[in-house]
Amino acid sequence: MSRQPHIAACPACVALPDTAAIAAQDAGRDRAHGQGAGAGEAPLLLSLPGIHCAGCISGVEGALTRQPGVISARVNLTLKRVSVQAAEGVSALDLAAVLTAAGYEAWELDAASLSMTQTDARGRYLLTRLAVAFFAMMNVMLLSVAVWSGATDATRDMFHWISAAIALPAVAFCAQPFFISAWAALRGRRLNMDVPISLAILLAAGMSLYETSQGGEAAYFDAALSLTLFLLAGRYLDHRTRSVARSAAQHLAALEVPRALRADGESVALSDLKPGDLVRVLPGTRVPVDGVVTEGASEVDRSLLTGESLPVRVSVEAALSAGEVNLTGPLLVRVTAAGADSSLHRMADLVAMAESARTRYTSLADRAARIYAPAVHLLALLAFAGWLWLSGDIRLALNIAVAVLIITCPCALGLAVPAVSTAASGRLFKDGMLIKDATALERLAEVDVVVFDKTGTLTRGQPELVMPGGNATAGSGAGRVEGSGEAHRTELRTEYTEAQSEAPGDGAVAHAAAGAVQVARQGEAAGAGLAAGYGEGHAEGQGDGHSEGHSEGHAEELVVPWDHWGAWRRCDLEITLALAQGSAHPLSRALAGALTQAGVVAADLSALREVPGDGIEALWQDTRVRLGRAAWLGAVVTEQTATWLQIGTCAPVMFPFRDHLREGAAEAVFALQDMGHEVLLLSGDVPAVVSDLAAQLGISRWQAGASPAEKAAQVTALKQAGHKVLMVGDGLNDTAALAAAHVSISPASALEATRVVSDIVLLGTSLAPLGAALRTARDATRRIRENFAIAAGYNAIAVPLALAGFATPLAAALAMSSSSVLVSLNALRLRGRGRARAVAGETAGRGNTVGSVSSGQSFGGQAPGRQSVGGETQ
Amino acid sequence: MNVLVYLIPVSLVLGGLGLVTFFWALRSSQFEDPEGDSRRFLSPDYDDHPKE
Repeated sequence: MSRQPHIAACPACVALPDTAAIAAQDAGRDRAHGQGAGAGEAPLLLSLPGIHCAGCISGVEGALTRQPGVISARVNLTLKRVSVQAAEGVSALDLAAVLTAAGYEAWELDAASLSMTQTDARGRYLLTRLAVAFFAMMNVMLLSVAVWSGATDATRDMFHWISAAIALPAVAFCAQPFFISAWAALRGRRLNMDVPISLAILLAAGMSLYETSQGGEAAYFDAALSLTLFLLAGRYLDHRTRSVARSAAQHLAALEVPRALRADGESVALSDLKPGDLVRVLPGTRVPVDGVVTEGASEVDRSLLTGESLPVRVSVEAALSAGEVNLTGPLLVRVTAAGADSSLHRMADLVAMAESARTRYTSLADRAARIYAPAVHLLALLAFAGWLWLSGDIRLALNIAVAVLIITCPCALGLAVPAVSTAASGRLFKDGMLIKDATALERLAEVDVVVFDKTGTLTRGQPELVMPGGNATAGSGAGRVEGSGEAHRTELRTEYTEAQSEAPGDGAVAHAAAGAVQVARQGEAAGAGLAAGYGEGHAEGQGDGHSEGHSEGHAEELVVPWDHWGAWRRCDLEITLALAQGSAHPLSRALAGALTQAGVVAADLSALREVPGDGIEALWQDTRVRLGRAAWLGAVVTEQTATWLQIGTCAPVMFPFRDHLREGAAEAVFALQDMGHEVLLLSGDVPAVVSDLAAQLGISRWQAGASPAEKAAQVTALKQAGHKVLMVGDGLNDTAALAAAHVSISPASALEATRVVSDIVLLGTSLAPLGAALRTARDATRRIRENFAIAAGYNAIAVPLALAGFATPLAAALAMSSSSVLVSLNALRLRGRGRARAVAGETAGRGNTVGSVSSGQSFGGQAPGRQSVGGETQ
Repeated sequence: MNVLVYLIPVSLVLGGLGLVTFFWALRSSQFEDPEGDSRRFLSPDYDDHPKE
């Protein structure tokens, strides 16, 4: 660590002290993995999500250059990335481990996925032309000012000639993007915005050249150039917005390095695998290929592919698909298909087909252009014909026609849309939303129905223990205090439906009934004796049991003492904790976390061993104790996610789980409903789990067990009913629905194929920005329409003047510049005021849950869970 | 008015100089990391001697 004390002026820069120790341990293992991934000539790329100051830069560069074999390292703070030139044999994994040990979070990036961002050729192409256009326009404008101020005769002619000498090559070079696009449109027998633009630029330049050669008074060289400049600026803004989104999307893709572990422990690129190869899949990692298990037993999480939240048991001969996550035991897999042939990629191909079949959305600008372009041409033609008929002077008529073309040229229109969408996208990007598609914002603004996927979208796919009181131990979304009148009433499950309903009392009753049904179901499943315990616990929680703790402080609520846990006996809990600590299975981890938090002390066990795919067993005071699947312990299999404890031969005890809500899910659903959108839940999971979640979030329309095709069909049906559907989903089973929807959003934790198909990617873990995004999208669309109105208003004044023949080059220059500036300023308004309104909206939304425990606090308890999610996705 | 013979070329050359400088900056990747560059000067790493 070469960080100097005086740079520590950046207080947040005490970089990850605790991860350093973990990383040091991991470093050795990673090194073993990283062999064979030898670095070639190309620079190694590492993502550094945590860096943010000068100290970080020199720290990272110093740590890297001290490594043997590293030639140079250069940090890019804007992209939060470091590129390392290293000798052959140095692997990115090693370097990432070194950096993590030094206290900087680092992830390997797949350089192949990033190749496009390295050279932003199109950006430079536009920027070069923008610079030349600016240079030429400034010089010609200076000369024009002299002409406008009264230069005459030879001086004027000379100035015109010099202008021509600058303007003609400049136009030929700078306006190429418009000429190319217009030519392509004309060849396809269409008219786009670039046709009138090109025509205006060409005619203005050509007409001015002719006038100059005739010693005429008016030359429009400056107009031709300023047109080019303003429109190029719009084009460049548009490109930048999209390239920022594209590079961020590529960054996400590059984080998933396509790599597999061969049976002999060698780490190889996916492209080197052939069918028949043996691949080792360690617990906690994603299955890289399609294959068949040849050795080992485990459970796999298929939620990204099917939406099921329950892990599936696999053993020898079971088929695995790429994208599943291995949970408990190591597996040896024989590859049946890898890379482009794997089911993951076939799915991506399907997605590509769905994409191309997607209804083509015509953007507002295109729709405007469709009316505008013919109108402009017609007007110019009429002006020419009219003046020719009136005066019989071709030169005068042509001059006026050109003036009309220049004045009506969609300068403001060309800027109106890009300026707004740049401002809006920039704002959403700061909120953690990546707008991938150019028209996504406009489409988002039209949405009236929102369809959510469950697993991985509204929930994080992370189980949490359901307390006997119906409360979740971790308390993510559960347990909020609501100040309704003088009585502080505790609402355990439905925060937002409750907050919305006008008569809270009725809501509570209805809810209590719903809760009772669920309790009954749990009770039945758990067998006799348990039902009473659950019912009691639930009633207590529903009534006033927890309200004191809630209103007094959240800290007390988080840790519910074990003796409040109703049905479970203390010794049960102690044994369970001891067993759960012995496994890395997500259910075990959640259980262990909850119990440790509640102050349970682990019992003394001996001969602890994990039975892959089934559970854990051990000896407790010479009695066999087991924790695991219902079928393994002879319990009744329920639909609800649960793990069971059996002591000796007694009846098994159930520990029910539910999926952990994603941060901001409740806020997002509430905000959307508050804006008058209908919210639907479509899940591939079992009904019990889905209905529970729907009740928890106050979603009345839901469907469980939906297959990918059904999801897509539902979305299509809604679409045909005239609704504009926003689909939010993360799984591969959602991709068809995502592609079918009007707009689609997926979280960053989704698979690459899913992210590709969605228009917007949520970069953070929270869903909360959804509401704000819709609001911003509406603001942006309104602003675009306003800009069109400004442009139309300006034309309404300027066109009659031009038609009447009063337009001089000076008037054209003034009108053009002022309307462009006006439009840009209107777009920039979105940045400031929009934010203030979004914040206000958010506070209003929160106001409905006055006194609710701060979500930040309750999420605090979930930190370990979140980290493990990160680990899996990486 | 004869002074224009000098002044116009001079203004063009000066403008062109700016243009060339911009291209040079663009080509030597000076706009790749605006955020990092704005902070690098705070680092004391190469205060005493140049990098290489």
